[in-house]
Amino acid sequence: MNAPTETALGLTESRSPGGRILKAVTYLLVLIVFAGPLLALLVSAFSHIKDPTQLSVIPSGATLDNFRIAFDQGVLAYLLNSFFVVGFGLLLQVAVSVLAGYALARKRFPGMTLVLVAILATLMLPEEILALPLSVILSDLPVVHFNLIGTLAGMIVPLGAWGFSILVMTEFMKDVPRELEEAARIDGAGDLRIFAQIILPMCKPALGVIGVFGFTMIWDQYLLPLLVSTDSSSYTLPLALRTLRIDPAVTPGVVMAASLLALLPSVIVFLFFQRSFVHGLSSGALKG
Amino acid sequence: MSLDQADPAALPAAGPATRKTGRAAGGAAGRRGHDRRAGRWWTPWLFLAPALLLFLYFKFIPMVSALTMSFQDVQPYLGNRWVGTENYATVLQSDGFREAAWHTVVLAAGQTAGSMALGLALALLMEGQGRRLGFVRSAAFLPVVVPIAVVAELWRIMYHPTSDGMLNSILGLVGFGPSGFINDPDSSMASIMVTGIWRGAPYDMMIFLAGLTSVDRGLYEAAKVDGASRLQRVWHVTVPGLRSVFSILFILAAIRGLRVFTEVFLLTNGGPDGSTEVVMTLIYKLGLEQNRLGVGAAGAVLLFIATLILTVVVHLLRRRESK
Repeated sequence: MNAPTETALGLTESRSPGGRILKAVTYLLVLIVFAGPLLALLVSAFSHIKDPTQLSVIPSGATLDNFRIAFDQGVLAYLLNSFFVVGFGLLLQVAVSVLAGYALARKRFPGMTLVLVAILATLMLPEEILALPLSVILSDLPVVHFNLIGTLAGMIVPLGAWGFSILVMTEFMKDVPRELEEAARIDGAGDLRIFAQIILPMCKPALGVIGVFGFTMIWDQYLLPLLVSTDSSSYTLPLALRTLRIDPAVTPGVVMAASLLALLPSVIVFLFFQRSFVHGLSSGALKG
Repeated sequence: MSLDQADPAALPAAGPATRKTGRAAGGAAGRRGHDRRAGRWWTPWLFLAPALLLFLYFKFIPMVSALTMSFQDVQPYLGNRWVGTENYATVLQSDGFREAAWHTVVLAAGQTAGSMALGLALALLMEGQGRRLGFVRSAAFLPVVVPIAVVAELWRIMYHPTSDGMLNSILGLVGFGPSGFINDPDSSMASIMVTGIWRGAPYDMMIFLAGLTSVDRGLYEAAKVDGASRLQRVWHVTVPGLRSVFSILFILAAIRGLRVFTEVFLLTNGGPDGSTEVVMTLIYKLGLEQNRLGVGAAGAVLLFIATLILTVVVHLLRRRESK
């Protein structure tokens, strides 16, 4: 054992036959436990499955029937609703976060600490606890008196401001060198131009982080759409899965096909932006 | 140098006005120039306005209204009536709520402990570099990004209670079962817990992996020189090095556990026989199905107080430990 110790357990560097076998068994077991069920979902979505006992990871005759039936049940409309919510929700969330981040990172003003404390407080406040009052407020917004119940807007605006994204943007924008901003200011640039042309272009990595996390957060929403939607015309795809399952005419294969459509966007986003994801996860969690 | 001169943008605007109307207006222009500078105070607030407005509408007003609703008999269109602490008495004295609170604590504790133990084990086993290892880690992380609704529908099917259900046939291979899983009051809670751990452990694994990179490699060498075994090394060097990671994960997972809703709602909706009713599913039923918004709000406030106490206690423990 002369190799330098790089990991706690030393399993990864192990070259002995025993170590190799242990590694192979571990990896295989991890894959079976964590990816196996998802593989079963994938296979079942493309198989003729009449009852739950036929869920399997072994393909048995490929078919697109499940997707055809799912589309007949209106899954395409639910998927479009989901895309609408995540598209506009993310746009709003990113816009709100970069604007707020600019003020918190590049300005000093009385009341700043209070604002930061308020944002941290929203993060400590689980949204589930606000579910009931939120549903009352959404049915009659104070002052403006809009009723957002039954609308997709009602699933979007409550997610517009997310403390996590604002704090990530703030931290990142603090690191943009002062000199750049001062040079622009001497050239007569106002705050809006400094924000849009100097600070924002330098924050692309942070935009990646809040984009990926915002997408996953909005796509995974369940309680909010449940509170807001009144009938199936405003269902998002995750909500519709339950309705599909309860329908006796719908086989588990169809539910799995719809589930596959519901999980693909977030899995694709994760696989493409894995670096942003892992980076945000570790920095966000370990700073606290 | 005066403040006005420091601001080049203010000068051209003030210039012509001063020239045209002489001294008195010059004072006004000067004040305007001053206003312009002073006007800067609202620039940050302009940038913050969207965020603050949205927080006000969808976080702070709901929080205040949760508190007021909890002291009221909420009757839409009829007007609310103050009832003092009656809602809290109703909630605290009801067996349903007490049971739900107990189930929530059990579920949160089980999921937190299970996810952290498994997450740490996975992180230790899969620490290091290499393409194959990276692939396995990514695959293991997939459950975290799969929407919770999909996770619940998938596990519902896997938990099929007959002996030829997916998990039951695996249990059968090793000589157990068949279990009723979520359909049996004796195993329903454990089944939800397992599903939660399946989704929570890979998340914890990622955080542990990030924490492991910051453990001093020199200490590993030193432990080796001292003749420590691998397990001793993990126990005496790695685990203490991960202390802050433990407490952060504990808070995150415990809060996540206390507010659990979607997986219970979709897997069992509190059944069978109320064996998996948790606080949030009960609040949902009280508020939106039975329209007892005041009682539901009281339950929500109690849940909030519980999460608050938990967070504060862990922070205090951490502070004392680091001293």
